[in-house]
Amino acid sequence: MNEPIIRCEGVVKRFGELTVLDHLDFTVDPGEKVTIIGPSGSGKSTVLRVLMTLERINEGVVYVDGEPLWHEQGAKGLEPASEAHLRKMRQKMGMVFQHFNLFPHMTVLRNLTEAPRYVLGLSPREARQRAEELLELVGLSDKAEAFPSQLSGGQQQRVAIARALAMRPKIMLFDEPTSALDPELVGEVLRVIRSLAEEHELTMLLVTHEMDFARRISDRVCFFDQGRILEQGPPEEIFSSPKEQRTREFLHAVLHPEE
Amino acid sequence: MEWTRYIDPLLQGCWVTIELTVYSTILGTLLAFGAGMGKLSHNPLIKALSVTYIEVFRGTSLLVQLFWLYFALPLLGELIGLDLRFHPVTVGVLALGLNIGAYGAEVVRGAVQSVPRTQYEAAKALNFTRTQTLWRIALPQALPEMMPPFGNLAVQNLKDTALVSLISLGDLAFRAEQLRNLTQDSTTIYTMVLFMYFGMALVLAALMGLLERHVGRWRHRRR
Ligand SMILES: Nc1ncnc2c1ncn2[C@@H]1O[C@H](COP(=O)(O)OP(=O)(O)O)[C@@H](O)[C@H]1O
Ligand SMILES: [Mg+2]
Repeated sequence: MNEPIIRCEGVVKRFGELTVLDHLDFTVDPGEKVTIIGPSGSGKSTVLRVLMTLERINEGVVYVDGEPLWHEQGAKGLEPASEAHLRKMRQKMGMVFQHFNLFPHMTVLRNLTEAPRYVLGLSPREARQRAEELLELVGLSDKAEAFPSQLSGGQQQRVAIARALAMRPKIMLFDEPTSALDPELVGEVLRVIRSLAEEHELTMLLVTHEMDFARRISDRVCFFDQGRILEQGPPEEIFSSPKEQRTREFLHAVLHPEE
Repeated sequence: MEWTRYIDPLLQGCWVTIELTVYSTILGTLLAFGAGMGKLSHNPLIKALSVTYIEVFRGTSLLVQLFWLYFALPLLGELIGLDLRFHPVTVGVLALGLNIGAYGAEVVRGAVQSVPRTQYEAAKALNFTRTQTLWRIALPQALPEMMPPFGNLAVQNLKDTALVSLISLGDLAFRAEQLRNLTQDSTTIYTMVLFMYFGMALVLAALMGLLERHVGRWRHRRR
């Protein structure tokens, strides 16, 4: 079998006294689409942020694409990673944030071309061509010259997805990409994510509260609780016959919020 | 009262004042961006240089800086065998620019630091280097924030040019003093000078306002 593309071994992340990831073991296969669900504060965002190198870990090792993420192989075993190593590793991942985080002072087109040009070194023409293809993919070709403030939330999030894809990552991390959207705008963003999920190569990690969507697109669903994976499996299994009491309670609360 | 006779010499002085203001504001802006961003740098040498410059020029008076550059620097130059005598205009521009640059650097630093953390995270996720993030992502977003304090600094700078008359530069204040010695007509002359400075300040403030609208245009667009 293939090596996993992501492997967390005993990862601990603390914020002061608070242990947010508690000896987390977690692997993802290349091309796998994994959905992370779980109560607020269970560490879902933190896992993605650790993978995106936005958050350091306190203990354990994370391997991405066969190499340690936060460490480098030194003379005496694993040593803390240098900035050069982190930059090399970051190249493999793209992230979509809950609040889009587009660059407000740039047009949509420049949001998409800036990093390919100045990080990857693409020519202006290549970067522009890539951006135009992606804008077409997310259905926003007519918004190339707009500023983010002129777009709806759904449009902004689709631009943000295109911006991350423009770097050609192997792994895409989505942190509640539709949670900040008005209900009527959720669909357009989910449709874009679903079209990506059909790509066999792309590995996807998605934190979401959209359970129907998770059921349809994921190969595996992980239920996070208190900084660990309490239960995981194929969506049918997790959604239809969860083994753990906590999972049942969580799903019930999400699916029947009025009760 | 022959106030019309004063117009020509005073306008000549205005011109020098404008030159001093423009050149020193340009120099000051460059220094402000250099030192302001330098203070945020992770390179300890760049950071130390920036901090030292900012503190020295904010911590001493413009008058002393001016005299030091005009009177002390040439003597120091003699000691080490260099000709460091500069034209008064150069000294004036240098002193004003260095002074305004130090204050401007703090404006730049503060505005850049007020850019939300999430923007830095987005930049990191796209693998920009720290320097690229500062210059391409943070700084342009911070520009509109800097403009009102920059406008104040520019007007302050215009007013400060009057100090350079003390190194016998023919600016507006210097001309006014000359005319007054000649005619003793203090009231007329200084009233005119007052209005002239005020007029120039109004124009400068208006220009800064235009610039502010220009750099912040992405902010005002709405759906
Ligand atoms: N930068 C931080 N400093 C302190 N505490 C944090 C920080 N980021 C997250 N936390 C805390 O860590 C816990 C897990 O956060 P997070 O991973 O965002 O949870 P989730 O995404 O599952 O809701 C929460 O209790 C949160 O308050
Ligand atoms: Mg979260």
